[in-house]
Amino acid sequence: MANSETPLLDELEKGEWPSFVKDLKQAAAKKPMARDLMRQLELSYTEKIGHWKHGGIVGVKGYGGGVIGRYSDRPDLFPEVAHFHTMRVNMPTGWFYTTAALRKVCDIWDKHGSGLTNMHGSTGDIILLGTTTDHLQPCFDDLSDAGFDLGGSGSALRTPSACVGPARCEWACIDSLDICYQMTMHYQDQLHRPMFPYKFKIKVSACANDCVASIARADFSIIGTWKGKIEIDQKEVQAYAASGLNIREEVTGFCPTQCMTWDEKARQLKIADEDCTRCMHCINVMPKALRQGKEKGATILVGGKAPILQGAQLSTVIVPFMKLEPPYEELKDLISKIMEWWDENGKMRERLGELINRLGMRTFLRAIGLKPIPQMVRNPRANPYVFFWPEDIQKGGK
Amino acid sequence: MAKTDIGPPNYRNFMPPIIQKNYGKWKYHENPKPGVLKHVAESGDELFSVRAGSPRLMSTDHIREICDIAEKFCGGYLRFTSRHNVEFLLSDRSKVEPLLAELKSKKYLVGGTGHSITSIVHTQGWVHCHTPATDASGPVKAVMDELHGYFTSMTLPSQVRIALACCLNMCGAVHCSDIAILGIHRTVPKPDHNRVPNVCEIPTTVASCPTGAIRPDPKNKSVTINEEKCMYCGNCYTVCPALPLADPDNDGISIWVGGKVSNARSAPKFSKLAIPFLPNNPPRWPETVAAVKNIVETYAKHARKHERMGEWIERVGWERFFRLTGIEFTDKHIDDFTLAPDTYRTTTQFKWG
Repeated sequence: MANSETPLLDELEKGEWPSFVKDLKQAAAKKPMARDLMRQLELSYTEKIGHWKHGGIVGVKGYGGGVIGRYSDRPDLFPEVAHFHTMRVNMPTGWFYTTAALRKVCDIWDKHGSGLTNMHGSTGDIILLGTTTDHLQPCFDDLSDAGFDLGGSGSALRTPSACVGPARCEWACIDSLDICYQMTMHYQDQLHRPMFPYKFKIKVSACANDCVASIARADFSIIGTWKGKIEIDQKEVQAYAASGLNIREEVTGFCPTQCMTWDEKARQLKIADEDCTRCMHCINVMPKALRQGKEKGATILVGGKAPILQGAQLSTVIVPFMKLEPPYEELKDLISKIMEWWDENGKMRERLGELINRLGMRTFLRAIGLKPIPQMVRNPRANPYVFFWPEDIQKGGK
Repeated sequence: MAKTDIGPPNYRNFMPPIIQKNYGKWKYHENPKPGVLKHVAESGDELFSVRAGSPRLMSTDHIREICDIAEKFCGGYLRFTSRHNVEFLLSDRSKVEPLLAELKSKKYLVGGTGHSITSIVHTQGWVHCHTPATDASGPVKAVMDELHGYFTSMTLPSQVRIALACCLNMCGAVHCSDIAILGIHRTVPKPDHNRVPNVCEIPTTVASCPTGAIRPDPKNKSVTINEEKCMYCGNCYTVCPALPLADPDNDGISIWVGGKVSNARSAPKFSKLAIPFLPNNPPRWPETVAAVKNIVETYAKHARKHERMGEWIERVGWERFFRLTGIEFTDKHIDDFTLAPDTYRTTTQFKWG
């Protein structure tokens, strides 16, 4: 290793966890671009500072997004990464692949780019990491021929994502994959051509466990839920108890509404379903014994986001229960109305949740035609600064 | 010209036959060993998923190797999880052990199910971001080298979701993680008055600041930055490369704990500040690794089974969290942003530590 160009990074080849440095080196052996990326990264490790510049509008014909322009700030040292743009490729919903499709993407990326990827980016896209401006269009053309399309970037609909849902999960209350796919197809224009105040994210989780973190980061969160009684298979509950599960401590003791009791003598589990808030804990712990109620649908929440700019927000309930079946007209209608209201009223770089805060939830609800209901709040207001609509006030009073 | 607006390939065509057949008809699942899930359908069919860790930053050759394995054992089908793991999907039980043996021989780590630490969701860092306060892949690798035993086992009280974002823009939405590792800048961008007039458009640069901290500086044909208002988001640097934000001596890492996204038991919650600053110390970030390890081990020792990090902390109280972890509580832990008073204690009920 005496002649290594990257002594610091080499340290990260050691250890048990899969090493990204090995992958960097694999690509560097074939691609001068990957080698310069690695050398620049080594410089960052030495100087404790990044070496990338944003800037320049790069992209493919007909689209306003999907490519992130990136340039080295030391092209003198690392000429191969002077231009090093990322392409975001919309992943197959649920991140399912055939190896044939994956190999095609690899071949295209070896032909046009650095040979390095992220599987996947935080939003869910396949990230093709680094190519030059002249390769963007040919790479897109090849991807399109292979059946792939770019994902979202900038002030656009970002690539929607979904949990594994009904493909492999008994807890799926909605077809998260189909909903995600259909919304992605329906809003292709909004995804590829940034026209919004800022980014807009749609994420679909098929149950309250929320495996795609919809409530934490989606402007529009779709989370599966149910109505009606949890189905109990008492024999299976007893089997769990017999296998050593302490039902009182591990199941009923954690019930947030204390709506369930375990009768040790009769070995019967009882649930007061009208008090259940469908948190999923008991079902998570005893998947063989408990099944969700029969009437399935989704809770719709809006406004979730990471901190930038005015602090992080969780999505908040606007529709407690919506049946979601193809062709999802009610859902599309609601999403479109919200996009329009936000587009009309939002300032530059103002996310939906921040706009709702600025103009008030009551204004938002009225604009999209939703009736206020207690499910929308944790508690009613505690301050007396109530705004009334003009029509609430008696006119011409004495 | 290539077709546009075709959208992603239809996922339905990428699902193995057993999933096509049992789509929406799964009955229950078991987690027979770390990294192995068994899903049983109403039809009686059994699907085995074998989950392996990944560096996320992957070469095409590495992806092809995964394809080789999936072709050998899974009929050419696989998927990735929302936390960057690879999942091999098998309908033939007899192939599970041979697959595990093959993965072991190729040094893949199998795990990330149940009460474990699964892969760390993370951002680009110095590899490809223009406003990072730290690297992403490096600290992730260093932390997971130390904690991989929790990936390949299921011995924790509950799952521990760790995420890393390399600046406060939080591309990775790490703000609801059991443990969030967050890069932070602590000094304002430094306008290069020689370059600003040539490479930046002043009105765009001024408008790019979300807090109105940037003012035109007509004398220098440049801009000035109000240190009181700047929150280090790097947005100005995006539009004006002559406003470098990075500061090798003052950029570093902060640690946040107790967030969750799941609605199970308690409501989803944000991660809260545990450690305001740790230095960037590549290549192995020993201070960060030690801090994360300490928090995980303290949690593992004291939490009840099924309690997530935040649920444990809320039960015992933050005052006890700080005592048990030995982490110093400072004025930086006390909020002074918009909803700060909501976080102050408005009761005489508290513990001595």
